[in-house]
Amino acid sequence: MDDDYIIEMTNISKRFPGVVALDNVDFRIRKGEVHVLMGENGAGKSTLIKILTGIYKQDSGGMTFEGRPFEPSNALDVQRAGISTIYQEISLIPQLSVAENIFIGREFKNFGVIDWKITHKKSSDLLGELGIDIDVASPLGSYGTAIQQMVAIARAISIEARLVVMDEPTSSLDEDEVRVLFGVIRKLKSSGIAVLFISHRLGEVFEISDRITVLKDGALVGEYETISLTRGELISKMVGRDAASILEGAGARSEKAREQFVRASGITSGRRLCGLDVAIGKGEVVGLAGLLGSGRTEFARVLFGVDKYDSGQITVNGKQVRFRMPKDAIRSGFAFCSEDRKTEGIIPHLSVRENILIASLKKVSRFGIISKSKQNEVADQYIDKLKIKTPGREQSMMNLSGGNQQKAILARWLCVKPQLVIMDEPTRGIDIGAKREIEGLIRQMAEDGISVLLISSEFEELVRNCDRIEVIRDGANMKTLVGPQISEEGIIRAIAGSDAPRDES
Amino acid sequence: MENGAGYGTVKRIIAGNGAFIALLVMLAIASAVYREFFTYSNMSNVLRQMSMVGLISVGMTLVILTAGIDLSVGATVAISAIIAAKLSSHGLIAPIVVPLLAGIAIGCANGLIVNNLKIVPFIATLAVQMAVRGVAYLLTDMRSIAVDRSAKTFIAIGRGYWLGVPIPVIVFLAVAAVVAFVCAKTSFGRSVYAIGGNEDAARMMGLRVKRDKLLCYAITGFLSAMAGVILCARLGAGQPVSGEGWEMDSIASVAIGGTLLAGGVGGIEKTICGVLIIGFIKNIINLQGDVNSYWQKIIMGIILLLVIIVQNKTFKKGTV
Repeated sequence: MDDDYIIEMTNISKRFPGVVALDNVDFRIRKGEVHVLMGENGAGKSTLIKILTGIYKQDSGGMTFEGRPFEPSNALDVQRAGISTIYQEISLIPQLSVAENIFIGREFKNFGVIDWKITHKKSSDLLGELGIDIDVASPLGSYGTAIQQMVAIARAISIEARLVVMDEPTSSLDEDEVRVLFGVIRKLKSSGIAVLFISHRLGEVFEISDRITVLKDGALVGEYETISLTRGELISKMVGRDAASILEGAGARSEKAREQFVRASGITSGRRLCGLDVAIGKGEVVGLAGLLGSGRTEFARVLFGVDKYDSGQITVNGKQVRFRMPKDAIRSGFAFCSEDRKTEGIIPHLSVRENILIASLKKVSRFGIISKSKQNEVADQYIDKLKIKTPGREQSMMNLSGGNQQKAILARWLCVKPQLVIMDEPTRGIDIGAKREIEGLIRQMAEDGISVLLISSEFEELVRNCDRIEVIRDGANMKTLVGPQISEEGIIRAIAGSDAPRDES
Repeated sequence: MENGAGYGTVKRIIAGNGAFIALLVMLAIASAVYREFFTYSNMSNVLRQMSMVGLISVGMTLVILTAGIDLSVGATVAISAIIAAKLSSHGLIAPIVVPLLAGIAIGCANGLIVNNLKIVPFIATLAVQMAVRGVAYLLTDMRSIAVDRSAKTFIAIGRGYWLGVPIPVIVFLAVAAVVAFVCAKTSFGRSVYAIGGNEDAARMMGLRVKRDKLLCYAITGFLSAMAGVILCARLGAGQPVSGEGWEMDSIASVAIGGTLLAGGVGGIEKTICGVLIIGFIKNIINLQGDVNSYWQKIIMGIILLLVIIVQNKTFKKGTV
């Protein structure tokens, strides 16, 4: 046994009904290194992490932690052994205060009584180190996702761990917060703590990691020194496809003049939206670029009639409208794939078929009675067209991978035959292969004359897919990028404000 | 999101103490309208009556905070009252301790079924309720069991006073104070809130979810048995139909107080307000005299509905 390694997992296998999630995988992390685990969705990353952190038990294979056999049976064992974990979905408790979320289970106590003063002080200090200054006595739920994520990170580093596991910690953070997080990771590393990091963002992986382990379809592809790999090589190892075909642009964007479909002007809502203008042409893909909190999601919700706005106008086909609820927007041909697919999108216990058809049951009914055969036909058609990977249309939605759930939601809206599809972070947490397919579908929709409003925190994705990009900051337009102006650098420069805000004339 | 201060905060404070404010308003109006309302005899009477459902509601609050429910409490009252009555001739310890142990056992059964058989609390405790009630019928053959005449000290638990305050009221307030402290200041208490807020997250944080849930049901069983013992001492008998519908009264007290049935938000102090509101409403209807007492249920139904509506409005935006 090599004592260079903090954790060694050997010949790990795990089966679930119908799937081999992991097949004889070896995985090891050196002491004090930043190790990245990569692979497409369904590669087995989450399963491996869950075995490591005691949530699943492997069917075969063994683990050693610091050279000793390691057989955790629950999260507490793992925490006590010196492994702290930040899960992909924020697993904190919104009703409790920020401080409690950091220290619950390890409160500072005098004779069994919690000392709130010290608990609050320590929490403030800890968050201060992460560059966050908030009221730690307030309920966690009163803060946004990014802050909640930072609280999860604060909790993980406050447990004096030998290994910190971070399952996609950056998916809800903006650039600055990612900087801070990377600062923390470097600090952990310099004090000899190993970090296992999972991310789909290649830039981050190359910036922060020492070594990379790649999984594919439940099997180990290999273990590499980060500096020995190029981006292209890494991608092709993950997807087993030719790297060049993955990163190329998604085809020529068309710059032809378009008939206008939707125009929102001067949309103002509290302090979040301050007179935002966005126009969308027929069959046009318009990107909304901005950082978290810039008003991009808020605008999408207003446009879809979910939230109210104070002033401004929305016109559809030149006619003024005021949506009071999503139903009104749907009637005007709008569809909305929300950012939060877990809570606002999928219905986990229903089948793929029902999830696809739930918004268009009228289409498959006659005299109010739903036709099963018609449903099957429509569901199969979309499963096929969107290449949704599922054992069958009756599979429960929750058993699908994130990418395939997203495709099913898209199918749901396509069923309604929309004229505008609003997509908020459609590829978040999705592997590169599925991402590419969803991007293809966006293009396909545009060619079919459907307008798309695309929101993404990955500017690269906007650049690849949009005909036009509205850059926004603090709820106001900064700049409109068209055609050759569209580039990641252009977006960043516009947000940074080194370009003057758009002329109001 | 980041700062929903101002108007929202004010609204939340009012909503957070809605039951307390409602209680004060009710007390003010009642004492103005009914001369006999704020008298010693009326107050000690009302408080003694509500102390038993009050004890149960304290436990129920814990269970509901974990996003559970316990429908077996009324049956536990009956069985513990019967056991207490049957043992009343065997000194003072047996008729108190044995029913309490029985209550803990019933609570543990609830907790184990919920935890280990993964049956939703509603069904698990409904089944236990039916079984326990059945045992109560079997033990008594549907007859009332009288408390032994010589058991004067035992009877005092239900009928006695200490410094002019009915003993059941003292027991209720003491229990409520202890549990309120436990909720706010101990790891177990905070874990109860965490479990109700997000059970998966609580588990992943390394909290002992199963143990703490079991403890909540056990405490509820224990407090229900305590209510049963008091009831037995007060009536001088253990009756197989005792405590029927008390589960609904205690759930209503918890809900009217402002603890969310979805779990994670609420507290003992809120429940005390809820218990008092329900108790005083019953009392006011009695004092009014000319109102048919069946109105009680209707009025309580309306209040419950109003509370839930207000909760929905304030919490929809407050906690995400």
